[in-house]
Amino acid sequence: MINSFAYNIPFISIFLLMTAAIITPVLPKKNRLPEKLSCYVIGTVAILSAYLLYSLTSSGQNLAFNFPMGHFPAPWGNELRAGPLEAVLALVFCVSMLLSLTGNFASTAEDIAPNRRQIFCVLVNLLTASLLALTYTNDLFTAYVFIEINTIAACAIVAVKEGAETTRAALRYLIMSLVGSGLVMIAICLLYDLTGHLLMQHMHEAIKVIVATKKYLMPLTVSLALITVGLAIKSALYPFASWLPDAHGSSTNASSAILSGLVLKGHIFTIIKIFYRVFGLDVIHLLRMDTAIFILGIAAMIMGSVHALRQTNVKKMIAWSSVAQVGYIFLGVGLNTTAGIAAACLHIIVHACIKPMLFTAAGGLSNAAGHKKGLHSLMGTFYVNRWAGLGLTAGAFSMMGIPAFAGFASKLSLTLASFDHPFIIFSLAALATSSVLNALYYVPAVIVVLTHTRLPDGQDKDAHKNFTAPAPTNLYKISMFIFLALNFYLGLFCVPLLRLITRGVNVF
Amino acid sequence: MLEKILLNHYEAAAVILSGIGLTNLLLQRNLIKKIIGLNIMDTAVYLFLAAKGYVEGRAAPILIENGSGGWLNSSSLYVNPVPAGLVLTGIVVSVSVTAFALALTLKLYENYGTLNIDEALLKMTEEQEELETTIEEAEEDVLSS
Repeated sequence: MINSFAYNIPFISIFLLMTAAIITPVLPKKNRLPEKLSCYVIGTVAILSAYLLYSLTSSGQNLAFNFPMGHFPAPWGNELRAGPLEAVLALVFCVSMLLSLTGNFASTAEDIAPNRRQIFCVLVNLLTASLLALTYTNDLFTAYVFIEINTIAACAIVAVKEGAETTRAALRYLIMSLVGSGLVMIAICLLYDLTGHLLMQHMHEAIKVIVATKKYLMPLTVSLALITVGLAIKSALYPFASWLPDAHGSSTNASSAILSGLVLKGHIFTIIKIFYRVFGLDVIHLLRMDTAIFILGIAAMIMGSVHALRQTNVKKMIAWSSVAQVGYIFLGVGLNTTAGIAAACLHIIVHACIKPMLFTAAGGLSNAAGHKKGLHSLMGTFYVNRWAGLGLTAGAFSMMGIPAFAGFASKLSLTLASFDHPFIIFSLAALATSSVLNALYYVPAVIVVLTHTRLPDGQDKDAHKNFTAPAPTNLYKISMFIFLALNFYLGLFCVPLLRLITRGVNVF
Repeated sequence: MLEKILLNHYEAAAVILSGIGLTNLLLQRNLIKKIIGLNIMDTAVYLFLAAKGYVEGRAAPILIENGSGGWLNSSSLYVNPVPAGLVLTGIVVSVSVTAFALALTLKLYENYGTLNIDEALLKMTEEQEELETTIEEAEEDVLSS
């Protein structure tokens, strides 16, 4: 058994972040106190999650527990549920959120006015709280409420950077998100109507009965389709991803890192929960949703990269690459096996570490090029900000799937997971094509950044010396160092992590 | 078929309303109309939930006195309180989302002078092209001098 402190950690984490969100607006703005407080709180929650993970796994048994909220027992009340998978995801979300904030601490100050930075902190705290709540919740309606909190906070951290473009991008993001959450809400009401429950394990029992008696199979299929499409819009699965590049490309670097690395993942993990815990993999297969997700995942892997190839703005290129990476995760989910889900979760973790690093690096490089975001203007910026250059290079290699970098680990586990699947040929072909496509746009970006000269005819040779770029701060260097360390850790030692995730999926 | 629709007329109305709302949210170009569409869709869901939560002949889930100082506490006398709770939560969520969307719409109108998101995009691209040409011209001037 785990001790009572660890037992309360899921609740304490969410509660701490919510409290932080409430008290940041009244803190004095001096010395960027609100931002520092947010960082400390998120750091504390990361430590708590690590302790929870340790206490869940140290005994060697597969532990998972339900934490009742309020005074009503299981079939009626609200519950949180924590197992190794939830704990490791919460840890990764907090660490990645913290690094995105600290890595972009300087650029946030440039992009956002001081009075708005306080609001930014509120939003970041709320966003982290909603991500953790989506990770831990065992109740579908609570999940809906936190999906909406997540939506508002996510759109607002795009709009917090003042400017016409961000307002437009945020509105577009908001409208697509609202379509998504509307569909999710309709689906949850239908499911509640069909099953009479909102807690996942009880819904699962009721759905088993529905499938066995074949009565109300049609509404069940409709609600599954609605909830999948709704969450797919929010997690930017390919045909629904048109809003993503604008929102992720135009916002401030910290927001881009958080949105790409974390916000999408919260929704994807909710889909995984609904598939695995509410419906069960057999029912998903029976209703053919796995094939649909599989095909859309492959389409996303290819089309995300094709769109990324056409971008000239470095942040938009990285944003489109997120669409492709989301495709990888959905490919794993679409395999509809425990190994596939575990590989998808590993890719969630890998992408949550790498994408913020890429955005932080791109932010540092475009800062070094005098706030230009065009790819061609980044030429030679490696020699101005080497940490950012290293980050971009390592991130690019990771996205291509070069061994020893993090992306390799998840691609390998996705490949291995697809071996038991009848569509193996499609998934292998898609993985290969997509890796080549990734290389086609990341390698030129890396070459541009590493090229010393600016113009082909030889003039302006030491172009970087003309930049009046500020040197990267120590905080930036430390964050980038941790990002790089995480990258290599995930690339070289992914086996224990994958084993941990598999254990988590088994008690999911 | 018709009989079923008549029997479940609240649900049928909810489905039609949510269809109207969703189409408006997706297809209208004017942002205010989009937001109205969103609200119609949300309201349709509340109608559906309220219709499902109502059971003929049962009271609201507040204990009723039985006349001799005690309470009538058989669960078959009352309706389930959860659907009403869900409707209330949903209303709170939709109010906040609507307020946020309207605030952003206001900002868009201040920036672009239009409520149409496509026109805003068009204006932005035009402005960007103008900016780029000015930058190019300036660069040429610098190079020639």
